[in-house]
Amino acid sequence: MGIDLPQTVRLGLLAVPFAFLGVFYAWPLLTLVAEVVDGSTIVATMRRPGLAQVLWFTCWQAVVSTACTIAMGLAPAYLVARWDFPGRRVLIALLTVPFLLPTVVVGAAFIALLPDRLERSAFAVVLAHVFFNVAVVVRVVGGVWSQLPTDLVAAARVLGASPWRATREITLPLLRPALVAAGSIAFLFTFTSFGVVQILGGPTRATIEVEIARLATQLGDVGGAAVLSVIQLALLAAIVGLSARTQRRAAVSIGLRVQAPPRPRAFRARAAVSAAALATAAVVAAPMISLAMSSVQPGGRWSLVAWRDLGRPPTRPGADLGIDALGALGASARAAVLATVLAVAIGVLAALAIASTRTAGRLLDIGSMLPLGTSAVTIGFGMLITFDHAPVDWRGEPWLVPVGHALVAVPFVVRAALPVLRARPLGWSEAAAVLGASPIRAWWEIDVRLLRRPMLVGACFAAAVSFGEFGATTFLSRSGEETLPIAIARLLGRAGDIPRAQASALALVLAVATTVVLVGIELLDRSSSLARSSPARSGGDDARRS
Amino acid sequence: MLAVRDVSVRYGARTILERIRFELADGQIVALQGPSGCGKSTLLRVIAGLLAPDEGTVELDGRDITALPPHRRHIGLVFQDDQLFPHRDVAANIEFGLRMQRMPSAARAARVAELLELVGLDGFGRRSVTSLSGGEAKRIALVRSLAPAPPLLLLDEPLTGLDVALHDRLADDLHRVLRATGTTALIVTHDPAEARALADRVVTLAELSDGAA
Repeated sequence: MGIDLPQTVRLGLLAVPFAFLGVFYAWPLLTLVAEVVDGSTIVATMRRPGLAQVLWFTCWQAVVSTACTIAMGLAPAYLVARWDFPGRRVLIALLTVPFLLPTVVVGAAFIALLPDRLERSAFAVVLAHVFFNVAVVVRVVGGVWSQLPTDLVAAARVLGASPWRATREITLPLLRPALVAAGSIAFLFTFTSFGVVQILGGPTRATIEVEIARLATQLGDVGGAAVLSVIQLALLAAIVGLSARTQRRAAVSIGLRVQAPPRPRAFRARAAVSAAALATAAVVAAPMISLAMSSVQPGGRWSLVAWRDLGRPPTRPGADLGIDALGALGASARAAVLATVLAVAIGVLAALAIASTRTAGRLLDIGSMLPLGTSAVTIGFGMLITFDHAPVDWRGEPWLVPVGHALVAVPFVVRAALPVLRARPLGWSEAAAVLGASPIRAWWEIDVRLLRRPMLVGACFAAAVSFGEFGATTFLSRSGEETLPIAIARLLGRAGDIPRAQASALALVLAVATTVVLVGIELLDRSSSLARSSPARSGGDDARRS
Repeated sequence: MLAVRDVSVRYGARTILERIRFELADGQIVALQGPSGCGKSTLLRVIAGLLAPDEGTVELDGRDITALPPHRRHIGLVFQDDQLFPHRDVAANIEFGLRMQRMPSAARAARVAELLELVGLDGFGRRSVTSLSGGEAKRIALVRSLAPAPPLLLLDEPLTGLDVALHDRLADDLHRVLRATGTTALIVTHDPAEARALADRVVTLAELSDGAA
């Protein structure tokens, strides 16, 4: 890797991230697996009456959500890939935002948007999943589409193919690898969906993730939850393997090129493109707008009571909500600060270690990415059952939630920092050495300083992850220290107009906070010259896991 | 057979083509020569139906086809950068236009073999188009356009980007193939020597703009 450091410094760099991942990721996961080794638990869990239903719902909602996402995503992908219009970049950004929103925010938004009859239904779950994942189709498929030579379709047209025929015979086959890739991502996310199903699924519908949480936290069936977690891990590994194989098979080498899409020339085409762009923006914004509306319309009447009462736990005669909304904001802020500091420290140390060592570095490279491939529910559940007895009875510790968040956020920090370290020309440290700097001094002056911007990007990601994290927090949250997503989910579970309006208000706060952080990343990222490949954004695909 | 009448194309304030007038008789091979970026390719796109002119009409055999979509015009177009379909093999590329005409598959196979022989690439049918050399790809692009036997063939810089030896050999091929098939052709090129070698008549856009041709 070319960064030359004394052996002791390297070992020191390696030790900290390895220890962190070992204690808070590997150990809980092994505890989970050990929980399952007992055969009778497996048999008992397999015989549970609801299991087949859970597996069935997990699969079919994922398949339907993925199919609908692809179908719904093609039109906006075509629009932004093939046409230029005023506000195109804004529309792309707007289409990307839902993917990065916390799951509870989207759940709350669809509760606000849908009529009462539909708000807890399979339809609501699928709709919310489509809203989330359309961004994947727009980014992945639209990205390839914008680079497909337009003349390929023109060639088919002059050979006698109608517009539809040319689409079917030329465009779609060439987009197939991108469609498979986008479909795989959407499938993985909907298959492991937790927050959305928890909130919108109602009491009768559960994915494996939701069932794990229900078994562990409500029924106290730790063995059953552990069995399901391991089943989930195995299924995920199989799906990832399968999709990797499909994607390799679907690969076609195409001469892609960067080309600016044209502005429509004829007046009618201009009008059609503008109308389509406006309609897309309206559809994407609708859930957020209804969130805002519902926060100021408890029970259908205009009122600011939900916002006014955010500060004090509202005690009406005979009804105490018992949820301190402003307190949750404080708890989230505290958790985010600690999680960000932890994630940045561990992530940067890991990146430096990966860049300066060989075998151990490669191992750490893979190891630091593993938390991304593990569902947040599994991480939280594993930590819950591992750290519940002396001498590691840490359930009451205020730092356990931030540690869980940091675990999910570390991969983003590593992905932000590593390309900068790897892209740095070797000659720089040689130049520094010739100018009289010791290896440590050269490393400090060059690599550590280079990391300032990626550290900021990583910090933003860690903060965004921490603010929105729901899956792991469900297990680790202590009463009295609920974070925003937990408070929102609780409020949504209450009957009455005020709690619902308050849930909307809090969700809006969370949505705005997340958006501000992500806009910050975009700005930092764009002004960064070394990390042109934008690792942060590709890593961001996973930012909303919870 | 082809008549272009007072065609103008503008992009915003920029005028690409200004009142172009031009006629082409049956069986004629005409070269449209001029510097790159002067609008020659744009004129081909207007004739093929890929671009609607802001003013003027295009007529084929006395029929106004200005509003006719490209797939109903039966005009062939060889693109400057070939535009072979990367997900289809050589034979499937050549027979694409024949499939659009619903020709039965046995007849298609015979026609593909005949066309491959015409350009000296017998047995290339099952090859991937991404494995072809530059000269081979150009010849496949040419016969793909010739396959549906279009009465009029448009060629956009058909020999640009080849090395000298290949350029001359392919120029001979092209000349021979166009004569052999009796195709009426309009060839766009920036190279005056190439224009003279390939065509019966050489024109420039400036001449067409004055209505001189």
